[in-house]
Amino acid sequence: MTDETLKKLPLDAIHRELGGKMVPFAGYEMPVQYPLGVMKEHLHVREKAGLFDVSHMGQAWLTTKAGPLGTAEAHKAIAETIEQLVPGEIQKLATGRIRYTVLLNEEGGVLDDLMITRPSTEEDQGRLFLVVNAAVKDQDFALIREKLGHIAILDVMEDRALLALQGPLAAEILSTFIPEAESMPFMSSIDTFFDGMPIGLSRCGYTGEDGYELSVPAEEAELVARRLIDHVAVEPIGLGARDSLRLEAGLCLYGHDMDTATSPVEANLNFSIGKRRREEGDFPGAERILKDLKEGTGRLRVGLKPEGRAPAREGTEIQSPDGKTIGTVTSGGFGPTYGGPLAMGYVDAAFAEEGAGVMLIVRGKPVPASVVPTPFVPQRYYRGKK
Amino acid sequence: MKKFTEDHEWVSVDGDIATIGITAHAAEQLGDVVFVELPDVGKSFGQKDEMAVVESVKAASDVYAPISGEIVEINNDIVDEPAKVNEDPDGAAWFVKIKLSDASELDKLMDEAAYKEFAK
Repeated sequence: MTDETLKKLPLDAIHRELGGKMVPFAGYEMPVQYPLGVMKEHLHVREKAGLFDVSHMGQAWLTTKAGPLGTAEAHKAIAETIEQLVPGEIQKLATGRIRYTVLLNEEGGVLDDLMITRPSTEEDQGRLFLVVNAAVKDQDFALIREKLGHIAILDVMEDRALLALQGPLAAEILSTFIPEAESMPFMSSIDTFFDGMPIGLSRCGYTGEDGYELSVPAEEAELVARRLIDHVAVEPIGLGARDSLRLEAGLCLYGHDMDTATSPVEANLNFSIGKRRREEGDFPGAERILKDLKEGTGRLRVGLKPEGRAPAREGTEIQSPDGKTIGTVTSGGFGPTYGGPLAMGYVDAAFAEEGAGVMLIVRGKPVPASVVPTPFVPQRYYRGKK
Repeated sequence: MKKFTEDHEWVSVDGDIATIGITAHAAEQLGDVVFVELPDVGKSFGQKDEMAVVESVKAASDVYAPISGEIVEINNDIVDEPAKVNEDPDGAAWFVKIKLSDASELDKLMDEAAYKEFAK
C-alpha cells in the first residue's frame, strides 16, 4: 500500500504537532510513538493516564427493521439478529452494557473480535452499537450486510472518532468533564455530553487498566483530545505502547493471536460464548465449537515466560524439551511493567498446562520458557465501589 | 577517527583494534533498548555479516560487522543494562572490539560528514 492510499485519522494534525512518528497501520497513517517513547508511554498508562486515538476502528449501528424501536421486543429482535453471527449472549445483555464476543465463519473460525453495546436509552432499544477491528472492518460490515441486511440496517459511522483514555487516573480526570463517568461499572456505556457536545461513553479498553472509550463526532474530536491532553497527568500514547499494554494484559490481537482458522475455544476465549448459546447451538460453526468445548482442542493459546532477557517475537517456533515442534508464538516482546520478555502462542494441548516447560527457538537457539497464566500484569478494571 | 556504515554502525580504529557500536541516530530510531545479544570472543566475521542483535520494546534489529575480523572483547555492560545503549551509544555503550583482518575495508565506509548527510 502506498502512502497516497493511506487514510488519515481525524486527529492527524494533533499527532504530528505532538511529534508522533507516523507509520502505516491497517490502511491508516497512525502514530506508533511520541517523543516520550514506547517504554515511558507504556509505564505512564500504568501509573497515570494515556490518551489513544483508536479512530481507525470500525464503529457502526445495527438497527432492527422489525417493528418500532424503544421496546424490549425490539431489543430481542436485534439481539437475535446479531446472534446469527456471534456466539455471545446478546438477548440478555442489560441496557447500557457492553459485551466482548467474536464474529464467526461457518467453520467456527474467528473472523474478528468485537464489542457489542446495548444502548442505555429507551428510545434506542432495537439498536446495537458495534466496534470492530480496523484491518477487517470492511469485510465485517460487508458480511453483516450480506447476512443480516434483510432484517436489519447497518449504519457505518464514517465520521466518528474513537478516543481511549486509559489508566488508574482516567476516572478522576474524565469525571471533571463528565461527573457520572466515575461510577460507571466496567463494560457499561452511556450517552452523555463532553463540554456540551453529545458523545457515546463506554467504560472499557484494551490495556488491562481502568479507562474509557469516547465515541465523538470527527469534527469535534480535536477539541476533546486537546482538553484531555491538556491535563497534566495525560500523555498521548502510540500504537507501540498499545501493543505492549494489551500483551501484558493477556488480550488477543486479531490477525495475530487468532484468525479465520482459529476457534474461540482454541484461543481460550470461552467467555465470548454465552451459556444459553452453547445449549441452543445456533451460531455459525456451532458443531465444531461445541465439540471443542466438550472434548478440548488439539492446541490452545497460552501465556509464555521466556527465561533470561531475550524477547521471542511473533513467528518464533515453540518446541518440546525433546525438540519436537509443538507450536508458534503469535505475539511476543518485552513487557515494560512485567520487567522482562513475555509472549503468547499456541501449543499442543499436552503442553498447555500451567508450568509446562517448552523451548522457544530464537535465532536458531533454544530459549527455555514456561507456560504461565495470563494476564501477565493484573487487570485493574472498575467493578464498583468496594 | 570514526567511520560509519549505511546500517548505522560506527567503527573507531586504534592500531589493529577496531571498536564498534551503533550510532546515536540508530539508537534513537530503535527506541528504548531492552535486550542486546553479543557474539562470543574469538568468533570471526566478514564485513556485513550479522554480528549482534539489539531489541527495543517494538522490534529486533541486526547489527552487522562494519569490517572483517575476530572478536577480542565484548561489552557486557550493555548486555546487563541494555538501556545504556540509549544513554551513550557513541561512547560507553560500544558493542565489541575486533582485531582487523583487512584495514583497507575501512576505505569503503563513510566519514562523519558523509554519514551525517546520509542519516538526514
